[in-house]
This record gives sequence, structure tokens and C-alpha cells, in this order.
Amino acid sequence: MRDDNVRKGILVPGLPHPLLCPEKNEGWQRVRDAYEKARIEIEETDAEILVIYSTFWPSILGHQVQAYPEPEWTFVDEEFHDLGSIDYKFKMDPEFAELIVDKSKERGLHSRTVSYYGFPIDTGSIVALKLLNPDNRIPAVIVSSNMYANRAESIVLGKSIRDAIDESGKKAAVVVISALSNRLHTVEIDPKDDKIHSLKDHEWNLKFLEYLEKGRLEDVSQLSRQFHNEARVPKVVSFKPFWIMASIMGQNNLYDGNVLAYEPVWGTGSAVVTLTPAEDTAGDLEYDEDDPEFFKGDREVLDFYEQPSMGSLEERDGH
Amino acid sequence: MSKGEIVMGALAPHPPHLVYADNPPQNEATSEGGWEELRWGYERLRESLSDKDYDVIIVHTPHWATFIGTHFLGIDSFKSLSVDPIFPNLFRYNYDLKVDVELSKAIHDNAADSGLLVKMMENPDFRIDYGTITSCHLVNPEWNKPIVCISSNRSKFYFNSEVMQANMIKLGEATRKAVEASGKKALLLSSNSLSHRHFTVEPEVPEDMSKEHVTNHNQYLWDMKMINLMRDGKTKEMIDLMPDFTEQTVAETEAGSLTWLMSALNFPNYKATVHAYGTVIGTGNAIVGWDPRKAKI
Repeated sequence: MRDDNVRKGILVPGLPHPLLCPEKNEGWQRVRDAYEKARIEIEETDAEILVIYSTFWPSILGHQVQAYPEPEWTFVDEEFHDLGSIDYKFKMDPEFAELIVDKSKERGLHSRTVSYYGFPIDTGSIVALKLLNPDNRIPAVIVSSNMYANRAESIVLGKSIRDAIDESGKKAAVVVISALSNRLHTVEIDPKDDKIHSLKDHEWNLKFLEYLEKGRLEDVSQLSRQFHNEARVPKVVSFKPFWIMASIMGQNNLYDGNVLAYEPVWGTGSAVVTLTPAEDTAGDLEYDEDDPEFFKGDREVLDFYEQPSMGSLEERDGH
Repeated sequence: MSKGEIVMGALAPHPPHLVYADNPPQNEATSEGGWEELRWGYERLRESLSDKDYDVIIVHTPHWATFIGTHFLGIDSFKSLSVDPIFPNLFRYNYDLKVDVELSKAIHDNAADSGLLVKMMENPDFRIDYGTITSCHLVNPEWNKPIVCISSNRSKFYFNSEVMQANMIKLGEATRKAVEASGKKALLLSSNSLSHRHFTVEPEVPEDMSKEHVTNHNQYLWDMKMINLMRDGKTKEMIDLMPDFTEQTVAETEAGSLTWLMSALNFPNYKATVHAYGTVIGTGNAIVGWDPRKAKI
């Protein structure tokens, strides 16, 4: 294993079925079992902080980081309320949350902590924390997913989080909460009949999983725009989770990938994947996107040439 | 039993900033004011309701987004704390509300009969969305009327605006028929903004009105186009334009609330009363009332 402050990257889905009713579908149970395997993988590292990026928590005002020390509530999902309530009490790391905000601001992002009793923590974060960190052994932070952010802003956010990890001296496990294909069945189904919503979604999921199994995280990141067009219901402007994950983890393909489960959960492509820093895996194969270091605000088409300082894109393509 | 009726329909947007600016005792956050044009517009809407006798408020809410059909609150009371996930610094509201479950179920059943997929929400731990709370608070701060709360089915994402509108027109008809059969008098609220491109930063003082304006001129022009159609009583034309409007201004009409309201009111051809137009963190918001009595004059 390569020595890296990020000990592990973990992709998990966020729908509540594997937590609340895994017994209703064999695939949901396999996803539940995969969460357990991922939990053990995390435990076997010396990770001191869980950094969670949840696509289930949209933000508008820049990037929000959960900093309430012990959020506690009885939660009900707004869609799957008939599956039951979820009692939770989590342990956050407010100092680390503040550090992420500081580092984000240094890189030009609008960012803030949120620390309020009763703040509605999202379904995905609740499911992930309940299953990956059931005893709150490791303190966590949760980072929101800005609905307007595109690639440059997401890459810079990931780098800011990495800055915080490195400055803190803590070893981290990074958890990204997202389905692959996100098309739900929009009708009631018998849980036993669950399947990936379409063959096209399934094929794109398999392609991404093939890459992830080979540890090609940066390649997956670079293909996110294509995946968004092919296999995502476009509820937000872009498919960000692998941009964030790759950016935090070093923007390379040097990982051991472990696909622990891939199953439909209410039609969505739900995978549990772990990535462990490795010395040598796949090569650099798909890179063609830019690599910004700072965020200078939204970049409109017509002022493309007037903002020369956001990363290296302009140096290559602006002249 | 006499026939029920819709006594008024209103476009009642839900920026939590308006509750924050009002400083009601239920909200933990306090302010120095702000967004007066819109808040005074809500005052005028409330004034227009002062001579109306109504039994229930029916609200269609974008912030209870569902993908598997349309859902309805199915428990008679809810009491908890609502914290806005986007603006938690502004909105942490202690609510205590009643639900007209009988009417809720009647609309649910009518919608099912018309072919819509529907579901009752019967989990007592469910937290009411801040959009519902904001619109209902601003229209009826006494909270002395029960509500019916209808989720917004996001068929636009999975199909397109036309499918969404077709479904919302059915839901509006189902709502009207249920109200008429109930013998009750109902106030209907479409809880949404018009243009909906936000700023992505917030002023240091959120209520600093020197920072408030519409995000861009395109949004303003589209908002005015829609509002003028309302003022002229051309609501069918407005609905026809809705997909383009929604696309061009990332409008919150994507949730279907306004289409549902127009259908429930049977597409008014009488003039709406525009109580206010203003922006909140860049989004366009209109407070508009449709009084069916005007149709009878």
C-alpha cells in the first residue's frame, strides 16, 4: 500500500433500503453486506477522520460543511417514508470542518460551516454513517454538493479538502455518496423485481466499475461528463462525485480497486467500491481535462479570455 | 351538504428570507428586516383574504419532491422544528400544524381515479418541508386553519415539462372535484418562485438590500411576461409558455405547483391581482391572487 494521508476512498449509494429493509431483496442485502465489508476495510486502516461528500445534500451558497458536534434526530426519508424512521446520533469534528472552510476560502471558494441543532442531515449521509461507522468510532465531517458547481469548482473543492487533511496531519477515509446511474423506478415495484432501470444505464455502470476495479479513479473522474450525459437523470448540472474523490485522493490511477457490490436499488446503479492507494496500477490513459488550482468565480463563455488566472486551461487553450 | 368551493388561489412563494425578515416568535433566527416589497405584498394578500371564509389551506410544495407519484400528508397533526438545509442561518422554525386528512385522502383518491400514481404519507416522524411552512406562515401566521400538503412529483426530470404539466392538470382537476364534493371552502397555494437562478454567495448581512436584485435581465423579462399574462387573464397561454419559461429561467415552476393551481381554478380568464414582485437572493418572486368571484362578475 502506498503511504498516503488518505488511507481509503469509498463509494457508497445513499438510498435507505439497504439500511431499513435489506431482507426484501437479495441485491439490497448484498449492498448491505458490502457496506459491512467496507466498514471493516476502514477499521483496518488507521483513519482518524471520515470525510463525507454527499450528493444527497445540495447547497446553493457555495459549499457547506456540517460542524454540529453531535447531530441527533429521528429521520424520515421524504420519498420512502413508509420504510420507517431512522434514529441517529453522530459525532462530527467541528475543528476539521472549520479547517476545510479555511482551506476552501484560500482557494477562492465560497464556503461555510453549518452548526445548528436539528439541521436536516441528508438520507445518504445518514445511511452511510449508520452502516460504515455505527459506533461513531471515527469523527466525521459532511460536505455538501453545490448544485451549480461544475468541474473546475469541484476540483478546487477537492483540493481544498486535501489541503485540510494534509495540514491536520490526520489520516483520512474519504466517503463519496452517490449512485452510478440514478434513474429510479417511478412506479411502485415489488422489491423482488428490482432491476437497473435500463440496459444503457447498466452498461455504463459496468464500464465505470471496470475502471474502478483497476484503480483508474482519475480516468473515471475525467469521464464524468460523458457519464452524466449517458446514464444520469440531469437533476443537477453535472456528475461531481468522482471529480471530488479524485481531487482529494491525488488525481491519479494508483489504487487497488475493490468492487464489493453492484446491485439495483429501486432502479439505480448502486455500487460499494473501495480504493486503496497503491504503488503501481493502471497508467494515465484518459487525461484531457484541465487542472485548476484556484476558483475565480463563474466563468461565462464571453469572458473566457478575461479571466486568465483560473488554473492552466487558459494557458493552453486561450492563445 | 352544500357544494364546496375554492375561495381563492394564490401564487405564494416560499423564500425563508421573508419569514426571517418578519421575526415571528416561531423562528429562532432574528433580522433587521428586508424584502419589504414582498412582505408587504403578503400583507396585501392577507388583507384580500380577510373577508373570505375558508376552512382549509391546500398547498402544493416544490420542497417535498417525490419521484414515485404524488404524496399527501396523512396524519392529523405535526409538531417539530424545521431547519432550512440551504439557509439554516435564516430559518429554524418551530411549527405546530393540523392536517385535514379527510380532504387530503379525498384528493388522493380522486387523483388515483384519474390515473395518477399517489400515496399517503403516514409516518408520524415525518418532517414538514420549509416551503410549506413558509408559504402557510406568510398567508396565515395564526396557523388557525388545517392544511392539505401535496408533494411535487418531479416527472419533468424523468420525462419533460409537457408530461409534468399533463399530470399537474389532472391533479388540479382532482383537487377541484374533491373540494367541491367535500362541501368545504378552500384556499389554494402554489408555493413557488418564478425565475429561480440564485446567487451563489450571500451578503455578510443577509438582509442587506443594497445587494438584492434579479440575477439577470433575461429572468426579469421572462418573469414580467408571465406576470402580464396573469394580469390579463391569459392563463392558458401562460401554461402553454410554461415549458419555455421554465427552461429559460430555471424556474421553480418545474415543480408543477403553478400548473396544478391553474388547473384547479379551471384556467382563470379573469384578471389576477398582483400583490408584489420582488427578488430574493436573485430569484424572481410574485405574490398573486386569483379570486373566482371575479369570474362571476
